[in-house]
Amino acid sequence: MGRAALLYVVLAVLAIAFAVPLIWMVSASLKPENEVMSLPPTFIPSTPLWSNYVEAFHTVLPFFWNSSKLAFLNVVFLLLFASLAGYGFARLPFRGKNIAFASLLATAMIPGIIYLIPQYILYREIGWIDTHYPLWIPRVLTPVFGTFLLRQAFMSIPRELEEAAKIDGANAFTIYWRIMLPNVKPALAAVGVMTFMDSWNDLFGPLIFVNSQELQTLPLALALFQGEYFTQTNLMMASATISVIPPLVLFVVAQKYFVQGVTMTGIRG
Amino acid sequence: MAAQVASRRTVVGWLFIGPVIAGVVAFQFVPVVVSVYASLTDWSGLSAPRFAGIANYLELFTKDPLFYLTLRNTAVFTLGSVVLSVGFGLVLALLGNEKLPGIGIFKAAFFAPVVTNSVAVGFVWFWLYQPENGLINGFLAQANIEGPTWLTSNSWAMIAVIIVAVWQGVGYPMLILLAGLQSIPDSLHEAARIDGASAWSRFWRVTLPLLTPSLFFLTIMQFITSFQIFGIIFVMTHGGPANATNVYIYQVYQSAFSFGRLGYAAAMGWILFVIVGLVTFLQWRLEKRWVFYGE
Repeated sequence: MGRAALLYVVLAVLAIAFAVPLIWMVSASLKPENEVMSLPPTFIPSTPLWSNYVEAFHTVLPFFWNSSKLAFLNVVFLLLFASLAGYGFARLPFRGKNIAFASLLATAMIPGIIYLIPQYILYREIGWIDTHYPLWIPRVLTPVFGTFLLRQAFMSIPRELEEAAKIDGANAFTIYWRIMLPNVKPALAAVGVMTFMDSWNDLFGPLIFVNSQELQTLPLALALFQGEYFTQTNLMMASATISVIPPLVLFVVAQKYFVQGVTMTGIRG
Repeated sequence: MAAQVASRRTVVGWLFIGPVIAGVVAFQFVPVVVSVYASLTDWSGLSAPRFAGIANYLELFTKDPLFYLTLRNTAVFTLGSVVLSVGFGLVLALLGNEKLPGIGIFKAAFFAPVVTNSVAVGFVWFWLYQPENGLINGFLAQANIEGPTWLTSNSWAMIAVIIVAVWQGVGYPMLILLAGLQSIPDSLHEAARIDGASAWSRFWRVTLPLLTPSLFFLTIMQFITSFQIFGIIFVMTHGGPANATNVYIYQVYQSAFSFGRLGYAAAMGWILFVIVGLVTFLQWRLEKRWVFYGE
């Protein structure tokens, strides 16, 4: 057997073993309840029960909507604030810039758990507990890695591009919006995709700051209703599958930017 | 005139960075200061905090067996998951670095669990681990091996959780190491090949030394994130059985939000900060011993 053939065999065996949990999740989501735990286990359902998805989607729809709304707000506003700050740090000369930038980087070193308790108290004082505000406003206003990444991207754009616009009398905001932003689209895509993943998959935020069922996000709703709603494993698996489809699809579509973002910042684990 | 231009520039500059700076001050700086104070108080969050000096820290170190137990569990989890995911990640990166048609599909498969949420991951593995009719023990039974009770066994639960964490997270080290591998110039491997070095010795003498900066970065990052493991524990075991998988952050969460001891939980947070800081510092100090940055 040739070297390439051997490598394919090794890769295929690893990939199949690796994918079993996800395949099993999808397979269980299409089975009738009595078949989920049958022995020996079957990977192909006898007759795929698509109605499981109809039923599961009906149950998780409000949470799907909440997660989508929060992901949208997080992505849009984080990109806005991070790119504004990134451009300011990259190109504008002004007093206090270096201290501000150093302070920004310093916050990246403190683990999130340190903020958690005072944040909880703060949100309670201003009436944010059991609202969606804590799940997006603090995040879009503290985009440390996004700012850093976009600053790098802005710095790599030739200065001549701005100079011409400046001579034409354009102000800083016009230059930022019309000239600079369109030139850092790949970096915006990278930050945007990563922001979506973080928001969509967040567990800690909704767990601590949101109590009402109707305000819950999709992953946490699944966790909380485990046993309560999902006495049926097949429906539970269908709901779990629904929760992983958006990030998986986005990952496949925007793989290039996501990988770029991950390798540049190294913030995922 | 010049002063006017400078102050105008300052205003414009701060308009750009202002929202982020305000956010960082309000949601990070101020909370950090409050957190130091909170850790020195007896605070349920309902009544006003009562200053208690270092009482929380004293209690943690002298009276709280769960403090040491959860620290130990976290250390075991971190060691296991970092070693396995970096090691396995290296294997996957070496395979993924082969120039084969369709290799991207395999890399995507290994990375996919990284973007799936911990709840879905927890659900699936919970059922895979079922002792009687779960998939894993089902397969083991085919080979006449009686599988453990995984999540309800004191000795196996932590191993089970580490396996899930490695499965979910190994794509990340793979990706970072792939980036590292791709930055190694082909000419170095060619030179070694011409010198008659075997594939094995090319790996040890060329690839691995040049990969040490990536490995160094990874062990630091993985250490920091593993030490804060929460999601899988919350979904799969709730720290059980009998605290066998009770990890540090889960205990912080419980202290604050189940037992209503916010000051105590804040103190735990600061101890974690010091531990992570110390270990990271130590890793930097040991860097010279094994990390190779070229000539």
